[in-house]
Amino acid sequence: MNNNSLVISIASGKGGTGKTTLAVNLAAVAGAVTLLDCDVEEPNDHLFLDVKWGESREANVLFPRVDTNLCTGCGECRKACRFNAIVILGKQPLVYPELCHGCGACFLACPEKAITEVPRAVGVIERGPFRDIEFIHGRLNIGEVKGPPLINDVKEAARGNDSHVIIDAPPGTGCPTVEAVRNTDYCVLVTEPTPFGIHDLEAAADMTRQMGVKHGVVVNRSDIGDDRAVRFCEERGVTLLGQIPFDRKAAEAYSRGELLVDALPKYKELFSDLWQTILKEARNA
Amino acid sequence: MKIAITSTGNMSDSEIDPRFGRAKFFMIYDDEKDSFEAMDNVQNVQAAHGAGPQATQSVADAGCEALITGHVGPNAFNALKMAKIKVFTVESGTVQEAIDAYKAGKLKAADSADVEGGWV
Repeated sequence: MNNNSLVISIASGKGGTGKTTLAVNLAAVAGAVTLLDCDVEEPNDHLFLDVKWGESREANVLFPRVDTNLCTGCGECRKACRFNAIVILGKQPLVYPELCHGCGACFLACPEKAITEVPRAVGVIERGPFRDIEFIHGRLNIGEVKGPPLINDVKEAARGNDSHVIIDAPPGTGCPTVEAVRNTDYCVLVTEPTPFGIHDLEAAADMTRQMGVKHGVVVNRSDIGDDRAVRFCEERGVTLLGQIPFDRKAAEAYSRGELLVDALPKYKELFSDLWQTILKEARNA
Repeated sequence: MKIAITSTGNMSDSEIDPRFGRAKFFMIYDDEKDSFEAMDNVQNVQAAHGAGPQATQSVADAGCEALITGHVGPNAFNALKMAKIKVFTVESGTVQEAIDAYKAGKLKAADSADVEGGWV
């Protein structure tokens, strides 16, 4: 990425507030841009984009393999593991893949050099162009529970691109969201003006503040609840980037998998303006 | 032989704890001495994940060859199997009652996990 290009993450505390809608429609009006769907447990940006799929590759995490001939059952690996992924039973280590974070501490701790780190596939990374968008997403394999390594891989896959990058983050404020938002230049928090929406917006804003990522708020379906979201921005001194009123026609287009900027002309202007506002805020960040 | 019983307290008349990984205490019964020793399980009660395997580690390290508890999840069951610790389940009652039932041969050995992982 060159010096002028920005990385914009789109997050929300609550799910279903409109992260995907924002991500795909902003990408569609942003000119040459890279769009990353980092909601690897349930990626859905591609449903709105007719992507010409190109390269696909497996994403791996490292997992310890123990050479039982070298292992003395001393238990140093178990003590080093912060994730309770190793137990030593009958002098033999037993490793739980679903608990392992692939941090490599056991590998470093083993005095007998009995542990090697082997790759274990946890998902796939797929990419391809759609119009001016270079699209990349990750899909976590069914049964896998840890998204962050795959999210990191998706972000790495965009390295070297000169364009601006839009990252569609997973919902919530947990490790996957943190991983998606980490090191981005600006984070757009999407909310809806309901008690649940505001509650989770507060958590999300706390997250970005603690991470030192500048953020602003977009209120989606802005006319369905009350003015709490706007008040929140005023009280916290958070930039209100825009408000999108509820629109049944927009919901219908979404349900058909259409981009709002294609289906309804007025949204082209709305998202173009919003994108310019976001870029301006991000540059001042 | 030593037998671990999951317990809500540190006495032989404490109620059994139906949870294994996150049991409050393990009462370790030594059948040679006919005596109990209490072992707390604070570390695993507070663990984010992997309480079952780590509880197995504790019980194995204490030299137990059998476990009496309420329920066992899949991760714990695999670990217990590897540690060659026999699993017996009880519904309720005190630690002493569980041991008495065990000695009378009234408890049946479990041959598989009976709850999902993370059961509380």
